[in-house]
Amino acid sequence: MKKDTNGFHRFRGTAGYIASGPLVDAVNCAVALERPLLIKGEPGTGKTLLATHVADGLGMPMLSWHIKSTSKAADGLYVYDTVQRLNDSRFGGGDVADIRHYIKLGPLGLAFAAPERHVLLIDEIDKADLEFPNDLLRELDEMRFTVVETAEEVIARQRPVVMITSNNEKELPDAFLRRCIFHFTEFPDAALMRKIVAVHHPNLDAALLDQVLIKFYWLREQSELRKKPSTSELIDWISALLRAGITRDKLESHIPFIGALLKKEQDADALQRYDTKGGSYPTRWSDLGPRYNQ
Amino acid sequence: MFLDLFYGLRDEGVPVALQEWMTFIEALREGLHGSSLLRFYHLARACLVKSETYYDSFDRVFARVFHGVEGQFDVTDEVLEWLRNAKDFPNLTPEQLAQLERLSADELMQRFLETLAKQTERHDGGDRWVGTGGRSPYGHGGQHPTGIRVGGSGGGRSAMKVAGERRFRDYRTDVALDARQMRVALRRLRQLTRTGLASELDLDETIDETCRNAGEIELVFRPPRRNDVRLLLLMDVGGTMDPYFEPMSQLLTALHEERGLRDFEPYYFHNCIYDHVYRRAHLTRADAVPTGDLLRRFDERWKLAIVGDAAMHPSELLEPHGGINPHNTSPTPGVAWLHRLAGHFDRAVWINPDDQPLWDQTYTARTIRRLFPMFHLSVDGLGAAVQALVGARV
Repeated sequence: MKKDTNGFHRFRGTAGYIASGPLVDAVNCAVALERPLLIKGEPGTGKTLLATHVADGLGMPMLSWHIKSTSKAADGLYVYDTVQRLNDSRFGGGDVADIRHYIKLGPLGLAFAAPERHVLLIDEIDKADLEFPNDLLRELDEMRFTVVETAEEVIARQRPVVMITSNNEKELPDAFLRRCIFHFTEFPDAALMRKIVAVHHPNLDAALLDQVLIKFYWLREQSELRKKPSTSELIDWISALLRAGITRDKLESHIPFIGALLKKEQDADALQRYDTKGGSYPTRWSDLGPRYNQ
Repeated sequence: MFLDLFYGLRDEGVPVALQEWMTFIEALREGLHGSSLLRFYHLARACLVKSETYYDSFDRVFARVFHGVEGQFDVTDEVLEWLRNAKDFPNLTPEQLAQLERLSADELMQRFLETLAKQTERHDGGDRWVGTGGRSPYGHGGQHPTGIRVGGSGGGRSAMKVAGERRFRDYRTDVALDARQMRVALRRLRQLTRTGLASELDLDETIDETCRNAGEIELVFRPPRRNDVRLLLLMDVGGTMDPYFEPMSQLLTALHEERGLRDFEPYYFHNCIYDHVYRRAHLTRADAVPTGDLLRRFDERWKLAIVGDAAMHPSELLEPHGGINPHNTSPTPGVAWLHRLAGHFDRAVWINPDDQPLWDQTYTARTIRRLFPMFHLSVDGLGAAVQALVGARV
């Protein structure tokens, strides 16, 4: 990309995505320096969504590559469909003589070969084998690769904006990390969470929402939990509360439908024990730590 | 000042290498920080730090290095001037770079630091960066006498305040340890091999064989790749281990959930291992298994991990009939059993929940450390232990 400021692609967030300051700076840094942007964070913090909105904000088309445990780095470049070719040669059909008909570019290959600059999302890179990121190093560095079967070289005309998400299930190799710009998405704070909830439940009573969030963040603060509830669980829980017609008063003294929030048996048991022992639940923000009372 | 940041991060154990530093310099040359210290902070963090576990260290170093400069610090001008003066460093020619790469990592760092040190001295003058002393450390932006609020993108928060808050303390890996982090550390406990029944179609071989067969399809199968790690876990329970109940049970949960392991068997003991270990943590006689049986049943392909604080009376480790339970003493001293276990298994580690400084204070822990490599029960320690079990020999 040209270094002049006129043609400078600058991401500021879009109408549908509220990007925090650090995130905007990290995205712009990655776009300007043409480095991959690695986004890590708890599940349910909107990492994948970010890529679509970055593409929107920059006005670029987007390609996604969703990684599975069986994904191989080479699949992202191209796949040589040998079985199809074998099949065609035995039963007729297709131009078997030309091997190029059986070379299918993967998401990374397509992003390289495309005439305009793309946003390429490599989603959940930690799902793949430990060596997967290392196998991509050279291609991401040089933005070119060779199709071995045809000896043709695919060179990126425009370096794509590469966005990589990780759920932190595996550590990523150091050599890979060194090449990335890194951003960690924090879990949404109460103010942001209100906005997120408003998208799903627009007509929620504010006092009820307050109680809901106090209980939710209190639960998340409990260090004994094996799995902390995340955004999607909160949304489900609110749906359950609304269906059952739970009022604010009922919510003050206990936490109904705990199964919607805590998915581990031990966690639910622990809360049950806390309940039978007569443990109290917070009802005001001031009952929570200083983090929520600034 | 910029170098203080770099040094400070390295001193704190944040793995910042030349490559990250160059990326950061490049970002500054692009002017991505604008004129705000907050954005400078974001930029430095995005370029230099590659894991949220180091965010806290970064915050501390940043607050220390840039403490007291907020009011008088015009980022754009200072950065530009510094870049202009640090001539030789960012503009290395390819030849110079190649030359640098041939040097060892230490020399490289030394050379790099010398160059930069010279240049900061030349144009810094020495007094410009001195923070006005006497203020509280990591000044919380609000009370900072000269602190300016940096407006705009950051929602009105100043970089010093952001750094001073230390919101990322919970992510440090050298202290906290929850079940999820444990699972991440244990995921590396694997060695992939192809053994067993050939049940997976080997496409490449099939094509080769088919070609050799003049087009008649010849299917070739191979065993699937899978994890070959078998883990025997011996866990100290009761007494001094009681305070560690929570992390221990999380470790057990994580290991039970680790589907990748080919085999996993936990046994329990109290304080030290003698003639018997126990199938369950209650250590009742009905659950007792002769330790000798373990050595027969589990061959050297198994990995051994012992979890315990290795703290006991020296006689419990060294004397015959040293066991603390009078109904269950054995003529063989515990240390002899430990010796046998260490010798029998190809790879064995000892994971200690006590903090590392305590290890040297107990005689028995010092002795056991000579038999087993010892690691702390933290994310970092667990990662190192896993490395010792399956990684390359060092």
